[in-house]
Amino acid sequence: MSTEDKANEISAEAQDQEQAGPGQGAGGPITLFFILGLVGSLVLGWVIFPQLLYSHKEQPIQFNHVLHNQEVEDGCESCHFFREDGTYSGVPKLAQCIDCHEEVLGESEEEAKFVNQYVLKGREVPWLVYSRQPDCVFFSHVAHVKMGQMDCVTCHGDVGESESLKPYEANRISGYSRDIWGKNIAGLKFNSWDRMKMDDCSECHVRDNVNQGSVQTLRGGCFVCHK
Amino acid sequence: MKIDRRSFLSFVIGGAAGTALTPLPWKLTDDLAIWSQNWPWTPVPEKGETTYVKSTCTLCPGGCGINVRLVGDRVVKIEGIKGHPVNDGGVCTLGLSGPQLLYGPNRVQSPKKKVNGKWRNISWDDALSEIAGKLGDLRSKGQSHSLACICDSDRGTVPELLDRLLTVYGSPNFIRTPSIQDNYELALYLTQGVRAVPGFNVQDSDFILSFGSGLIEGWGSPVYMFRGKSALKEKGGRMDQIEPRLSKTAAKSDRWMAVKPGTEGALALGLANVIIKEGLFKRDFVENRAAGFSEYKKFVSDGFSIDAISKMTGLDAPVIIALAKDFAGARKPLAICGRGAGTSPGSLQDFLAVHFLNALVGSINRAGGILALPEPDYINWPEGEMDAAASRGMQQPRIDGAGSGKYKSTRYLLNRLPEVVNSAQDSPVQVLLVAGANPLYAMMDTEAVAKAFEKIPLVVSFSSYMDETSAAADLILPNHVFLERYEDVPFARGFPKPIIGLVQPVVEPLYNTRHTGDVIIELAQKMGGTVAEAFAWESYDACLEESLADKWDTLLEDGYWVDTEFSETAQTQEFETDSAKFEFSNSDINALPVYHSVRVPGDESFYPLLLVPYDTMRLASSYIGSPPFLVKALEDTVLKGNDMLVEVNPATAKNLGLSDRKYATLTTARGSAKVKIYLFDGIMPGVIAIPRGLGHTAYDKFLAGKGVNYHALSEPLEDAATGLDAAWGVRAKLTKA
Repeated sequence: MSTEDKANEISAEAQDQEQAGPGQGAGGPITLFFILGLVGSLVLGWVIFPQLLYSHKEQPIQFNHVLHNQEVEDGCESCHFFREDGTYSGVPKLAQCIDCHEEVLGESEEEAKFVNQYVLKGREVPWLVYSRQPDCVFFSHVAHVKMGQMDCVTCHGDVGESESLKPYEANRISGYSRDIWGKNIAGLKFNSWDRMKMDDCSECHVRDNVNQGSVQTLRGGCFVCHK
Repeated sequence: MKIDRRSFLSFVIGGAAGTALTPLPWKLTDDLAIWSQNWPWTPVPEKGETTYVKSTCTLCPGGCGINVRLVGDRVVKIEGIKGHPVNDGGVCTLGLSGPQLLYGPNRVQSPKKKVNGKWRNISWDDALSEIAGKLGDLRSKGQSHSLACICDSDRGTVPELLDRLLTVYGSPNFIRTPSIQDNYELALYLTQGVRAVPGFNVQDSDFILSFGSGLIEGWGSPVYMFRGKSALKEKGGRMDQIEPRLSKTAAKSDRWMAVKPGTEGALALGLANVIIKEGLFKRDFVENRAAGFSEYKKFVSDGFSIDAISKMTGLDAPVIIALAKDFAGARKPLAICGRGAGTSPGSLQDFLAVHFLNALVGSINRAGGILALPEPDYINWPEGEMDAAASRGMQQPRIDGAGSGKYKSTRYLLNRLPEVVNSAQDSPVQVLLVAGANPLYAMMDTEAVAKAFEKIPLVVSFSSYMDETSAAADLILPNHVFLERYEDVPFARGFPKPIIGLVQPVVEPLYNTRHTGDVIIELAQKMGGTVAEAFAWESYDACLEESLADKWDTLLEDGYWVDTEFSETAQTQEFETDSAKFEFSNSDINALPVYHSVRVPGDESFYPLLLVPYDTMRLASSYIGSPPFLVKALEDTVLKGNDMLVEVNPATAKNLGLSDRKYATLTTARGSAKVKIYLFDGIMPGVIAIPRGLGHTAYDKFLAGKGVNYHALSEPLEDAATGLDAAWGVRAKLTKA
């Protein structure tokens, strides 16, 4: 196409527009389509995307933290305890549950399911852990709970006061729980336990000026948690 | 309303603007970042309680104490036990790779029988009944001596159970796999009259003169030797290496002297000549505690003059004289020999030459010297009753010819077995048991060995792995791997104190395997009669606990038991020769063939080059195949892809028109292989070297087909004095591929 041809085409388009008449212009449909695109994407991003991103899974057994908390003496640490070497036991293993649940206690269906399917068969319950961090993150419970004197609620919220376990929402891309990013898809947080992302760790570390560098290598920044 | 290009574009722009106002792009970016850091093939550590189990490594005879770290039920790491007398917290690369040998894909998962060339799983009961039936038949035909057994050791409960089975069954053919241990034991026996375990007090020495030994390449107990060498250096001691190739040990020594290969023993005799002539020997030892010195003196002064030795070895006379003076002048000098990691026995004459050098400087049974350690004595089972068939069988000569005739002092001669089997019409071995050994890979001239194995009607492998020997066997009765069983380790090779290590199970057996000790007991019990009576134990574990008796609790707690009362000086009076002295010469020594340097097999006119093997800590040198961690750690001057590199001196390469990193064909009388050339200034012109431990045909994809097996290209050379394999290399040629 020569320069002359191009020039002719442009002038022809200008004529078309003039014919459409003033006022009506292309501005109307163009604005409409812009708004359609804008609204559509906003709906997609804020409403549909979060639903697509997470899958919903029920825990294998329903568990009542309140009920158990009443039965034990040592609060959270009765079951989520520190081992002698300072490592943290995390979610209890079957061996701990068996101390009380050797046979069915009470009349709950979940209890019967737990004893019959797991305790009697000696199978570990495949609990889905809401707070499981990616493997590239180093985190020491003892450093925070024992040395830093933090309580469980600061990061985990009122789990201890829950009567049932909420569905586990797994991120379909990364595989980790929704609780790491936070329930709020925008990443907004209102409580300290709403999110468990890197920024949330650094927030306290910077604010309280603690361990700005790796304990082992004394190197700063990333090496505190990414060993 | 017309939907034209402009409308579409404005929709897209609106969409893009809207998307930017949603969390979608930022959240997706974050998720993708996390996803890409957590690929499914990235190994993720187990979560759970960390525990440790103390055990002993059995991957080589080094006897290191190991602390196995478990997370939950999974073995995740093997560490050395801190404060352990052998390795004090250290562990070698092979030891570190132990978990791969437990969880790797090459395990034999149940007993197997070969039917028409294909493996079928069979039950333990059927497998044992089949062997018991075959053994019963042979015994009733008076052929009990046609049962033979190849084992990596002759000490400890499992080897001794095997030996006991053979004895009460009626066969003298228990064969230990060869190594430098054979020659060191012979040297101790001939000069000191003791059947003892050699120990080397490297840590207390201040001058180590090594005749080709890879002190930091797997010789003796590898981690102990590493520590010993470091201790020596820290104290300002000296280490000299005599070797035609710049090995890692040579590179780390104070002086490296490249002598013509094969003349190391002659150099030792030449050094002795200088030491005697100059009167530098320890008079106290030679005059008071030794006998036969004058004959020895005459022998070295007649045949090993400085000029002759200089010519033979290629070292200048002043260098030899200076070395002799420095060695004799050191406070606690120690000479060691046995090439590389010591997997090939070598020539007795070389060992005697070096042993005499130690005697001249008084380094026998003293701190910083070579020690004759008492054999482990904790196995005191009541003698098994032998019936008439057993007695008749035991009176038969050994198939390998050891212990009688010209090889009367030698205990085992595995290298002679293939020829004996191949040259007979009917195989003199009808049933062969192989435990802790992989002769089809590790013996010289593997083709001849394979031919012999084919001729043996029933070969039973006790290996945990599908190695070359298992692949060629008729039955595999897989043993638990060392992390799944109890066993005793009766000594640490080369360690200067009597020590016992306990192997403890760390995990439940993963597969349908069984402890070889239990299998032997069950097999014996199936055979009934006096054979069964000699194996009255309920289980192997019961037998082990009973044998270790009062040491059991210590072993369980610490993982090892060391003889704290043992001292080097207490051994000084324990020469059990006729003269009750150290004998530089006696009728047995004098009866040995005249000393000469061992020439390697092969025709020089066809094969102008000398091919020697070298050992590296990055490849397993015992019967265990190298796990993937090791193979991955090999330098690309050793293995590149599947191609092995042969070390060639640039001058040699220039003569042959070979270029660096280009393909070439390596040929010996036994075969040829495609290799790549690695130009290396550290190797003598005319000599070429390849690593030992590659070229497996069996095992998994991580090891099979990588490189070339030195043993397949080489051939054995019977030592005239002992019958052991004395070859240290083979003649070869290299041509452009």
